[in-house]
Amino acid sequence: MGALPSSPLATGQANVGSRPLVLLRILLPVIVLAAGIAAWELVVRLNDIEPYVLPAPSVVFQTLVGDWPVLSQSLLTTLLTTLEGFVAAAFGGIVLALLFNQSKWLEYSLFPYAVILQVTPVIAIAPLLLIYLPQQTAVVACAWIVAFFPVLSNTTLGLNSVDRNLAGLFQLYGASRMQTLRYLKLPAALPHILGGLRIAGGLSLIGAVVAEIAAGSAGAGSGLAYRIAESGYRLNIPRMFAALLLLSAAGIVIYAALALTSHLVLRRWHESALGKDN
Amino acid sequence: MAEPAALSDPGVPRAGLAVTLRGVTKVYDNGIAALGPLDLDVRKGEFVSLLGPSGCGKSTALRLIAGLSAPTSGSVGVAGPVSANGARHSIGFVFQEPTLMPWATVRENVRLPLKLSRVPAAQAAERVRAALTQVGLADFADAFPRELSGGMKMRVSLARALVTDPDILLMDEPFAALDEITRFRLNNDLLALWRDLRKTVIFVTHSVFESVYLSQRVIVMTARPGRIGAEFRIDAPEPRAEEFRTSADYAGYCRRVSGALEPSCQGQAV
Repeated sequence: MGALPSSPLATGQANVGSRPLVLLRILLPVIVLAAGIAAWELVVRLNDIEPYVLPAPSVVFQTLVGDWPVLSQSLLTTLLTTLEGFVAAAFGGIVLALLFNQSKWLEYSLFPYAVILQVTPVIAIAPLLLIYLPQQTAVVACAWIVAFFPVLSNTTLGLNSVDRNLAGLFQLYGASRMQTLRYLKLPAALPHILGGLRIAGGLSLIGAVVAEIAAGSAGAGSGLAYRIAESGYRLNIPRMFAALLLLSAAGIVIYAALALTSHLVLRRWHESALGKDN
Repeated sequence: MAEPAALSDPGVPRAGLAVTLRGVTKVYDNGIAALGPLDLDVRKGEFVSLLGPSGCGKSTALRLIAGLSAPTSGSVGVAGPVSANGARHSIGFVFQEPTLMPWATVRENVRLPLKLSRVPAAQAAERVRAALTQVGLADFADAFPRELSGGMKMRVSLARALVTDPDILLMDEPFAALDEITRFRLNNDLLALWRDLRKTVIFVTHSVFESVYLSQRVIVMTARPGRIGAEFRIDAPEPRAEEFRTSADYAGYCRRVSGALEPSCQGQAV
């Protein structure tokens, strides 16, 4: 879970409290980061630690810049995989939840398998997928498997938590199933769906990385995780760190983008997007 | 008006009646008998209050009349046509909570019943404007529910019930959650609306004072399973206003209704 920022509540509470407090919440982690990097650099320099044991932050940064052509290509590959997995998970999760909501039979028949798919460690499924599917498809499939469940379960929860009286009102006015879905259930479920997507974003990156590592151990691949595996074999530790840094940054950006989207969509009406004083 | 429904609905009310309940009972799935047997006639244009302790089935009775749940036995007759999609356009319902869609503006919330029955947009816009004007919220059409006070939300809810121009208005403790000042104002506004529009109103409340102030007829219900315990005609001169609240007549009615309510509340855990 290293890809997620340390405080998952940060975006939800950022608008609570006064300006100086907000500044403090940004400043403090930055200071901790700077101090950590400085200490790391100092320890490596004072003890003359070899780069293949523990590279100094400056070396990692140099590697990042020097290997940028290779690393950026890998980053792009991983991001694309993540995006494909995420879109598939979002689409699959929401559509499946809608189908479950319309038909209890379907839900009872399929939901257990969704759970089984979720609780089976993806790292154990990945090698099998790589046997049966073309590599790129297998990687996307892995991202999909880990990411779709939170979307499915959150959307289901959202669709089922419609206000009872509002549902009665729709019934009173003779709303069709489609109308109830479109005007009542989907909007009511939206905050839950967005919450699910926020989790799915980080998970699809994890899924992609897991599959890339599995693929990497088979000697194929081009994503960031593959670079990490490959650099490990070659004892190119600075590049491992550089790739890890990029993965972490990608995770943060994905999370922040989804949190921002959620905030923008909900800010006019939902409690989660409102400050205390509103 | 009742003729088209008469063919399909055996429980259709006689001429001049808006709602007829005959031997209606409701037993919930968990075996709790909530209501009845209940017999009730409400005349067209009448303002009737159902008064009773919590859990006496008054809300259940209202939901049965609205068609939101089916009676276990007995028949529920409501005047007015039922449209092809099962909607009772003759009924407007106001819930205890405002029950607004938080994601939609006041205008969209009020427009909902029209949207669901596919009224053309231009016509709907006009009717929404009229309904919002009736409840004094014409200037708040673009606000979101969370931006409104409790009383204003309730007014939106009322506007939404009025927008289809229903013959019957069912109100389920609509003002129970409001402060007294707001409640009194909304009581007066509701009375003014009722005088103008002459709709049939069935008003559920647990407040003796509210029921006497508003209604032509107060029906006191017994504790579960809810039955009619007593009935009072409130023959106060119209139009009623604040001075009625402080009159001796009003106090007298309240005393008698309270007296009738007393046995209903006995043996109840409070």
